[in-house]
Amino acid sequence: MTAPVMIATALARHYEVGGGLFSKPQVLRAVLRVDFNLYAGRTLAVVGESGCGKSTLARMVTMIEEPTSGELTLDGKPVIKPAWPELRTDVQIVFQDPYGSLNPRQRVGTILMEPLVINRPDISSADREARAREMLGLVGLRPEHFDRYPHMFSGGQRQRIAIARALMLDPKVLVLDEPVSALDVSIQSAVLNLLIDLQERLNLAYLFISHDLSVVRHVCDDIIVMYLGQAVETGPKEEVFASPRHPYTKALLSATPRADPGAAKDRIKLTGELPSPLANLPGCPFAPRCWKVQDICRAERPALNGAPHAAACHFPLD
Amino acid sequence: MTDATAPTEPARPGRLREFWFYFRENRGAVFGLWVFAAFVICAALGPWLAPYDPAEQFRELTLLPPAWQTGGSWAHPLGTDPLGRDMLSRLIIGARYSFFVGVIVVSIAASGGILIGMIAGFAPSWLDSVIMRIMDVILAFPSLLLALVLVAILGPSLTNAMIAIAIVLQPHYVRLTRASVLSEKQKDYVTSARVAGAGLLRLMFVTVLPNCLAPIIVQGALSFSTAILDAAALGFLGMGAQPPTPEWGTMLAEAREFILRAWWVVTFPGLAILVTVLAINLMGDGLRDALDPKLKRS
Repeated sequence: MTAPVMIATALARHYEVGGGLFSKPQVLRAVLRVDFNLYAGRTLAVVGESGCGKSTLARMVTMIEEPTSGELTLDGKPVIKPAWPELRTDVQIVFQDPYGSLNPRQRVGTILMEPLVINRPDISSADREARAREMLGLVGLRPEHFDRYPHMFSGGQRQRIAIARALMLDPKVLVLDEPVSALDVSIQSAVLNLLIDLQERLNLAYLFISHDLSVVRHVCDDIIVMYLGQAVETGPKEEVFASPRHPYTKALLSATPRADPGAAKDRIKLTGELPSPLANLPGCPFAPRCWKVQDICRAERPALNGAPHAAACHFPLD
Repeated sequence: MTDATAPTEPARPGRLREFWFYFRENRGAVFGLWVFAAFVICAALGPWLAPYDPAEQFRELTLLPPAWQTGGSWAHPLGTDPLGRDMLSRLIIGARYSFFVGVIVVSIAASGGILIGMIAGFAPSWLDSVIMRIMDVILAFPSLLLALVLVAILGPSLTNAMIAIAIVLQPHYVRLTRASVLSEKQKDYVTSARVAGAGLLRLMFVTVLPNCLAPIIVQGALSFSTAILDAAALGFLGMGAQPPTPEWGTMLAEAREFILRAWWVVTFPGLAILVTVLAINLMGDGLRDALDPKLKRS
């Protein structure tokens, strides 16, 4: 396999919260430890429930926030703050909400050309417009949309515009932060197919963040399952879907709705609460909700092992 | 729809034409615009429009009633004031002062306020707190009182009154801008501009500011009229334009002892202020509608 485009090693992000005049700030560990490799032309999906640190991960990868610790390299170059301006063009993002991610005061053409205006001032304005129009066609919009405002479009069309904007700078990595979860199911597949098509054409590496496992199954090659800021299971899609090793993954998979009324309903219902990300518990974060919990789970944090299909569990399922 | 192989594109209408198309929808705004245009023409062409010099005294014709009343004369259509000066001429020339007060006060207050508000919105929280507490201190004073104090320090004149009113009105712009900036800054389009590499200045003035403009424009229109009113109030208190300047507020002040005897001396300057302020407010409303792309039809 070719060398990865992006390598993340032990990426972590902590926030200090609270901390008024008289109280000490607490440390919120949004992302504890995540490792991954992104390859050109392949999709890595990050799945997990709300608050597990998926979006924080996306913000670190897109250089909106600096990791508290850990390393991120892009094409062999370390992604550190002083290098952000030059590396930025290689990583772009598509947001979840197509209604908030486009500037309502700018026409579609201006939105598409803005990244070029900022980063490639040497390109003439006629050239810029030509490239923006070409990109508009590439994402399946019509030329007359160039002069319209975002509010004149439907959610799916807006997401196409957002994808076009992200691609204007020819990035190597595209972060998709729940790109279809705000769309109708009928539009979802159209946008997903567009994304798959663009990946093949432009050889992009996708970091696909989602909580929808059916969507993930459709687009991704590899999966990271996150729980409370850390990866609990990683591996190729087929293996993770066919035989999940971590109990949390199994529970997550069993909660996916299936369009087959005859299928056996072996749904696992989790009880108990998600531990607070403020508390730094010694044991496995999933222990309070796990049905296989034993004493060691509460005392010792399991490490992620067993690559390529790894799970962070003392008693992995097989 | 033309066929897909040769997509022709209708020419984009000019920005001004498009603006006018949407502005026209609002009848009140169009009415306001015409009145405001008349006001601007009076201000610009005052000396040529006015039948007499505003300071010329017709000693034999003091407190002459308007032309349509008994005793009135068409030589002075709106009558004369206690010193025998022609009311119509004074009102026309007065438009000039009011207009300048409005324009200058709003430009100083808005540009300063938007800039400070922008900085406060983007600044780290300690700087934000410092700026906002200073603005709170200014807001805590009754505005006219503060303006009076400032004029007392600077010395009574129309210029100083304008500076004082601008300082008093500024915190409103700061608060408004900061509030809009804070809510806009959260949105994904700002983040995506940042991911695209936009610098701080570009984020502030190209990405965020246009989205904050709608309330600021309305505030600008409203404070244009507030400025005129405050200048009139300062003039009324003897701290603004000094006689014999035909400023509308000063005219009101000079004439207040004649309210019962000669209604026209107080009514016409008052009506001039009222109509101008109303027209500007109506226009401001239409301006907001026309400038907000969310209210446009596709």
